[in-house]
Formats: sequence, structure tokens, C-alpha cells
Amino acid sequence: MMANPNQTMARSFVQVAAAPGEVAQPLRVVQMEGLAILKIIKHCKEFSPALVTGQLLGLDVGSVLEVTNCFPFPIREEDEELEADGANYQLEMMRCLREVNVDNNTVGWYQSTLLGSFQTVELVETFLNYQENIRRCVCIIYDPSRSNQGVLALKALKLSNSFMDLYRTNNFTGEKLREKNLSWVDIFEEIPIKVSNSVLISAFMSELEADTPVTQCDYDRLQLSTNPFLERNVEFLIECMDDLAVEQQKFQFYYRNLSRQQTQQQTWLQQRRIDNNARKAAGEEPLPEEDPSNPIFKPIPEPSRLDSFLITNQISNYCNQINGVVGQSLSRSYLMKALHDN
Amino acid sequence: MAAEQTVLQFFPSSASLSARVHPLLVFNICDCYVRRPDQAERVIGTLLGSVSADGTVDIRNSYAVPHNESSDQVALDIEYHHNMLLSHQKVNPKEVIVGWYSTGFGLTGGSALIHDFYAREVTNPIHLTVDTGFSSGEASIKAYVSINLSLGDQPLAAQFHEIPLDLRMVEAERVGYDILKTPVVDKLPSDLEGMEASVQRLLALIDDVYKYVDDVVEGRVEPDNNVGRSISDTLALVPKMSPATFDKLLNDRLQDHLLLLYLSSLTRTQLTIAEKLNTAAQIL
Repeated sequence: MMANPNQTMARSFVQVAAAPGEVAQPLRVVQMEGLAILKIIKHCKEFSPALVTGQLLGLDVGSVLEVTNCFPFPIREEDEELEADGANYQLEMMRCLREVNVDNNTVGWYQSTLLGSFQTVELVETFLNYQENIRRCVCIIYDPSRSNQGVLALKALKLSNSFMDLYRTNNFTGEKLREKNLSWVDIFEEIPIKVSNSVLISAFMSELEADTPVTQCDYDRLQLSTNPFLERNVEFLIECMDDLAVEQQKFQFYYRNLSRQQTQQQTWLQQRRIDNNARKAAGEEPLPEEDPSNPIFKPIPEPSRLDSFLITNQISNYCNQINGVVGQSLSRSYLMKALHDN
Repeated sequence: MAAEQTVLQFFPSSASLSARVHPLLVFNICDCYVRRPDQAERVIGTLLGSVSADGTVDIRNSYAVPHNESSDQVALDIEYHHNMLLSHQKVNPKEVIVGWYSTGFGLTGGSALIHDFYAREVTNPIHLTVDTGFSSGEASIKAYVSINLSLGDQPLAAQFHEIPLDLRMVEAERVGYDILKTPVVDKLPSDLEGMEASVQRLLALIDDVYKYVDDVVEGRVEPDNNVGRSISDTLALVPKMSPATFDKLLNDRLQDHLLLLYLSSLTRTQLTIAEKLNTAAQIL
């Protein structure tokens, strides 16, 4: 999704020119500590299949965002009182962690997902909320369902700047989108993740775990059965396709209404001109060629394209996942064939 | 004569007690140690987890508790400990206090005091020591329980008794040691790269087995019955089926997968076309 690095560069130059003194370096890498990764995995896994979130703590250093620690949020309740409780919890946790010298800058949040179904309006809104308070923010997505296949399904995402501008002004009409040259691939930007560990930890891990020839990871990867995973993926894909079809229908409806309105306007205008010609011949004042009070001149609101964009993103995500898993599965099948032939 | 018999007693017996450590714990403790205050020698903290029915203590989480230490006394920030405990319980009520940890090698005089404090919070707490200074020359993590030594009704002393500790870290294996062991990893391995590594390891293992068997057959290596047995066990695990059945199975599977691949590619093409059409419709 980092489709256009040149564009981001250009944008940042524009920003630099617009705001002298403030150096805006584009975010290039998210550097995560092993501790944060393990904490995220533990939290997400323990509550799977329920979806959970938590806060990321760390430092913002130039073009690198360091994630050094994190803490989980309790499962969210709808109750208002409890919501205040949640805010208290967050403050309390930050205070406690500061006392033991943990970096206590918020740099974003993490959330678990089911088969990568994370591209929702909520995510976009949460992101903007965070973005308002902190300059640089990132969202880490972890998929516990894929880790059973020996894949570390960790992703760092951010919203692209042009999308955020558009979202703030709430302008998702076709015209605006074309003006900004924004398509569905440009909503999210994926940022490469780097992993770092303190030297002490790497010493401990090397000491505690001698090099084993086989790890759990290998067993998981060579597991032949992938059908349940694929089935659910395809199921989700079909649901998304249905949603997309509904969105498309909305647009068809809108265009049909629009063209009907235009014909109505045309007929009305012609009628008015004929009338006016008649009045002119009779020596009277012509009537105006516009009538704002007439309902046929009321503009029909254009449906927002946000939903269909997000759904499209979702679909392409599922397709990628299916392709990836099938690719692996094919190589496993051939491996099995080779073993059997021997 | 035997009426005044006094018995030296150990409480409680720790026959079936053992502990299992989640890899997160090692990371957390090391991180806290790295971030300890300047003057502090060691880090002390609370261990959270659960006790299963068979007496295995599953240590899953931890947090550091600030403390002050002078020559003969230890002051623990009890309020901090309680606040943190409440916060953790909000997220995961199933994790309760199971003991405490301290960095450094072995036990010190202060250990008994802190242990007494934790013994009031939970019965029979575990004391975990993590040798972050590598003072014994290796990374040693040890777990202890306290055993009260009493003479009759008179408590004499508390004795720390080492209990077995399970350090197998399946979770860490899932993540992959490659990224946990080295100080810096530039890029997370992608699906296919991981697969490649696994297949390579498998091939290396098969080669090893071949070599061993050849060596034994040639008489270069002393045969080991155990190894031979496990090789034959493994070979027996390969299901016996006729080549025709196997081919059918394999082909069906390949066709299923290719169909899926085709479908997903078709969908993607559709998306691209839809995108183009949308743009075209806007221009009109």
C-alpha cells in the first residue's frame, strides 16, 4: 500500500514550505521491541476470537517511530459510567508505567482482527481521534487466527494524508475524489516494521533457547490442513461482495434519479421558454428561467463513496490472503508429493 | 518418656509444585531491569498467573514495583502494587498474584521479608530469581517456594526450596526466535520466506537422517536402537495408499486450490475494472 513514496515526499516538501520551522519527516519505519510484540500477541490471543485493543507507548524519533511498550485496554463496555472508568484506567496505567521509567508517550494503538477484517469506519475514526492529540500515530494490527499457520501476522498502518484531509471535510463525492486523484488503494499506507531487542534480552533468549533444529513455527507452517481458514476467508469475501453490490445499487439509484431530474429540468425550462416567448409577444415581462422553490431543482445528495472504498479495500485484502495461503498450500502439496514419491 | 516428643516439621510440602514461565515474563523483567532507576541494584515485581489443578503454577504476566533498599531493610511501594494489580485485573480478572520476582542471583536477606508480604496476599507464593547480571556465567532463572520450618508449635525459620521450572516457550517459538534473539531485525519475514526457511530446514533434517542411516549401513557409526526405532516410527506414520489414490487426492487438492486462486484473481480484476468504470462515469 506504500504505492506512492514520491507522492508522500512531494507532500512533505509542500508541508515544509507551508510551515517553516516545523520539519515534517515522513514516517518510514515502525521499530517495535520484542516486548511490545509479545505483549500484543499475548493479549490478542488470550481473548481471541473477541477483538481487543490496547495502547502503544514509545518515542517518535525522526522518520522512525519506536514502539517500546504497550498496555491492554479492558474490553469496552457501552455504559457511560464505565467509559469514564476506562479513561481513568488509561491515566492510572500511564502514571504507573512512568513511575518505573517506561516511555509514556502515546504513539498509537493496537488491535486484533479476524482474518484481516479491519478496514472499517471505526478504525478511520479512531485514527483521526488519535491524530488530533499526537502528531504521529500508527495502528498495529495483529491477526491471531493466522499465527496458527506459523505466520507473524503483524501490520503497521496509517491513513494517508490526502485521505485524512478529505475525511475531515467529509467530502466523498466523485468530483472531489477525482480532483484529489484518490482511489481505494490510497486510503491506508502500510509501514514496514523493524524489530529490535535490548542486548540483555537477546543474550537471555540465546542462552535459554539453544538452536533447535525444529520449532513450533515449522510444524505450523508445514501443517497440511488449511481448509477451515480458506473456507472462512471465502465466506467473508462473499459477504463483502454482497455489501459492495448494495453500495453499487445505491449509486445506480442515485444516477437514475439524477438523470430523471435533469430531464425534468429540461422539460420545465423548455416550457418556461415557450411561455416567455408568448409573454414577450404579448409585451409582458419574461419570467425568470430559474425557480429555486420548485422541487425539481433541489440537488440530490450524492451518496458517500467511503463505504464502498473501504469494502473494496477489504475485498482486495481477502484476495491477497487467499492468494498467499493457496500459494503456500500448493508448495506444501508438491512437497508432500515429492516425499511420497521417494 | 516419649510424651515430650518434639517433631521437626516442614510446611507445606511442595511435592507436586512446579512453575511454567511465559516468554513475555523474561522480556518484561529484562526491560524493567534495563529501565531501573540509577541507584537501584535490582528490580522487584509481582508475578501474575494462575494455578492449575495439578499444582502447576502458570506465570503469565508481571509488573515491576518500585522499592527502596538499604543495608538491612526493604521498603516496597505497596500502594503502587495495589493500583497496578487493580488495573491488571480490569483487563484480565483470571490472572491473580502467584508470587514475586527479583533480579540478581540467588537469595538475599531481604527476600524473606518481601516473601512474607506476598504470603499475606496469596497462600504459598512463588519467588522467581532472574540473573540479569549473568553473575553465575549463564542466564539462570530459578523458582522457589518458602517452607516453614517449625519445632513443635514454634516457628523456627523459613527455608526457600527450589522448585522445577518449565522454560519451554512454545509461544516464543510461534513468533520465531530469529526475530526475538537478535538485537535488530530489519524486516519481518513474509509468508513465503517463512515457508522457504521451513522447507529448507526440513530438507536439512532429511539429509541428516539419510547420512546417519547410510553411515550405519556402511558400518561407520555405532547403531543406536532408539534412533532406529524413532526413524521407523516416523516412516510408519506416512499413510499407506496406492499411487492411484494418492494421485487423485493430490490432484483434487491442487484443483481446489487453483480454483480458489482463479476466483480471487477474478475478483481482483473485477475491482480494477470497477475502479476504471467509476472514474469514467465521473468524467461523463
